[in-house]
Amino acid sequence: MTRLNLGLLLLLVLCALATVTASHQGRKLFNQLDRAQAEQKRIEVEWGQLRLEQSTWAKHALVEGIARRQLSMRAPDERHLQFVAPAPAAPAAAAGSAIGR
Amino acid sequence: MMHSAPSPVLQLRLPLWRSRMMLAIVFAGFAGMAARAIYLQAFNTDFLQQKGESRYSRVIEISAHRGRITDRNGEIFASSTPVKSVWAIPDDVKASREQLRELAKALEMPLAEVEKRLADQDRDFVYLKRQLSPEQAERVTLLNLSGIHQQREYRRYYPAGEVAAHVLGFTGVDEVGQEGIELAFQSDLAGHAGSRRVIKDRRGNVIEDVASILTPRDGRDLALSLDSKIQYLAYRELKAAVEQHRARAGGIVVLDAGTGEVLALANLPVFNPNNRANLTGAQLRNRVLTDTFEPGSTMKPFTAALALELGLVKPGTVIQTAPGKLTIGRATISDAHPHGALTVNEVIQKSSNVGTAKLALQLERQDMWDLFHRAGFGVVPQVRFPGAVSGKLRPARTWLPIEQATMSYGYGLSTSLLQLARAYTVFARNGDIVDASFVKAGAPAFGTQVVHPEVALAVRHMLELAAGPGGTAPRAQTMGYRVAGKTGTAHKQEGAGYADKKYRASFVGFAPVSNPRLVVAVMIDEPTAGKYFGGEVAAPVFSSVIGGALRIMGVAPDAPMRPIVLPADGAEVRESM
Repeated sequence: MTRLNLGLLLLLVLCALATVTASHQGRKLFNQLDRAQAEQKRIEVEWGQLRLEQSTWAKHALVEGIARRQLSMRAPDERHLQFVAPAPAAPAAAAGSAIGR
Repeated sequence: MMHSAPSPVLQLRLPLWRSRMMLAIVFAGFAGMAARAIYLQAFNTDFLQQKGESRYSRVIEISAHRGRITDRNGEIFASSTPVKSVWAIPDDVKASREQLRELAKALEMPLAEVEKRLADQDRDFVYLKRQLSPEQAERVTLLNLSGIHQQREYRRYYPAGEVAAHVLGFTGVDEVGQEGIELAFQSDLAGHAGSRRVIKDRRGNVIEDVASILTPRDGRDLALSLDSKIQYLAYRELKAAVEQHRARAGGIVVLDAGTGEVLALANLPVFNPNNRANLTGAQLRNRVLTDTFEPGSTMKPFTAALALELGLVKPGTVIQTAPGKLTIGRATISDAHPHGALTVNEVIQKSSNVGTAKLALQLERQDMWDLFHRAGFGVVPQVRFPGAVSGKLRPARTWLPIEQATMSYGYGLSTSLLQLARAYTVFARNGDIVDASFVKAGAPAFGTQVVHPEVALAVRHMLELAAGPGGTAPRAQTMGYRVAGKTGTAHKQEGAGYADKKYRASFVGFAPVSNPRLVVAVMIDEPTAGKYFGGEVAAPVFSSVIGGALRIMGVAPDAPMRPIVLPADGAEVRESM
């Protein structure tokens, strides 16, 4: 009887210790999760800022200005254009493609 | 066995009361502790619990951002990003002059200004600078000054700047939409911050989530129907035309004929949504939606369509417009140039007032009203945008015969440019009309039938003639695509009458004619550089915008790629006003 009681007591102590460890582990993991979520939030914000920056730099007015002024580019006029009709679908459309070059 | 002598202490005969008293004191001690325990556990437990929790439990704010606005291809139009605002409690600021100088440098504002703000000792809260960039805020943090605090805010940026300003609108400092889409979709875009209760350890790490007090909700992202490339093209061409013709204002709208989506919408004058100092009402006006005007000749196709619909005429029916004048009651309608006998096709092509009025006089006024009404005139367009107006279309029973005649060519009623563009989807589609929309649509829209498909096709042919070498708008032609459309040149109303030298030039049309994809409406208000006809001022804008837009969309050309033919100088057909 005494032996059984002692065994149970030992089991009880072990269980108690396991509970303490588990709850500590749980808190550690939760802390990791929280940090990861904060990091996610930070990265999302940064991504938003980068998208914004990309849009600002890729603004059509800016690109066009650089193309025209710094690179002296211009849109080709009709003499330099040749329209290639989508191959088999409409052979009739090819009539519109013969342009001097 | 050893008998030790009994201890003298035990030998003492002490009075009994001493042990009794000892016992009483010990019990009194126990009783005191029990009473204290009961007091703490039973009567004071809430207070203590709370005190204890406040040592480790914290409420954390979870921020939420306002939804982004993008164009139909995901290009960013408006986005919120966190910024810091620096504020101070003037009383608490104990900084040396040197430190203040550092602070002013970090804030990028003059030292005197910082000192002035901090000098106000009566206030407990002053903003030093709002909406700092993260880098600036970091520098302020490094200074580590007492009494200087930071607060997280969001700021909305519009990378497209003024190009899409009127559609998007803007938000105030507190991120509430005030104009345009930002206002119309406020409830969808707005996010709300949340909070949760957590347990922190002694290092300040969150170790347990206790409860969520308020779930945060990020604003929903919104994909508009706008195409940023077409929007830029439309804005650029409109701006060039307004500057070239020294006009007071201008507007342009590009609709997808298949879905009714607004692909581009621009107005001038405009504002920069990122820097809204010195805004005027004229800059804020979204003329395309909120300004109405008398459409003038752009209404003529509807009159012709009704006459065809009722079977009164055929496209080839001849109408005598000589001598270029028509007197109804006491008023006389006239053409700029007398044309003689014209077919209905030619009436539209040459934009003859007399011809259109003669068509109108064969019609019942109620029929005309019905058609105009079904085409959306005098009705607030079903579009989610603040300030969209209905224009004016008076009840048919109040129309006098002369008014019936003038309405047939667009005087005596008013419309916004968006209504006009939408009305033209009747001819760009097969006689049905679709609702305009600012939100990206998935599928083609179903229209409401206004006229028979054959009638729409016949009018489409007339409009192609009008936008051809023999029409009023040869400059509307664009390389590679067959275009159709109608010019409008209207005297501006001023007070009770019409201003003599003030005009409004417009052009509404669509392309490619073989299978219309886009409807474009252009309006230029008060061109003052000499030219004022819709065919000279508005049609070239139409031509470059619709040509460019169709190429951007990858629509196959339906016309030869050869230079467009313009009539010789002076041989151009002048439209009547």
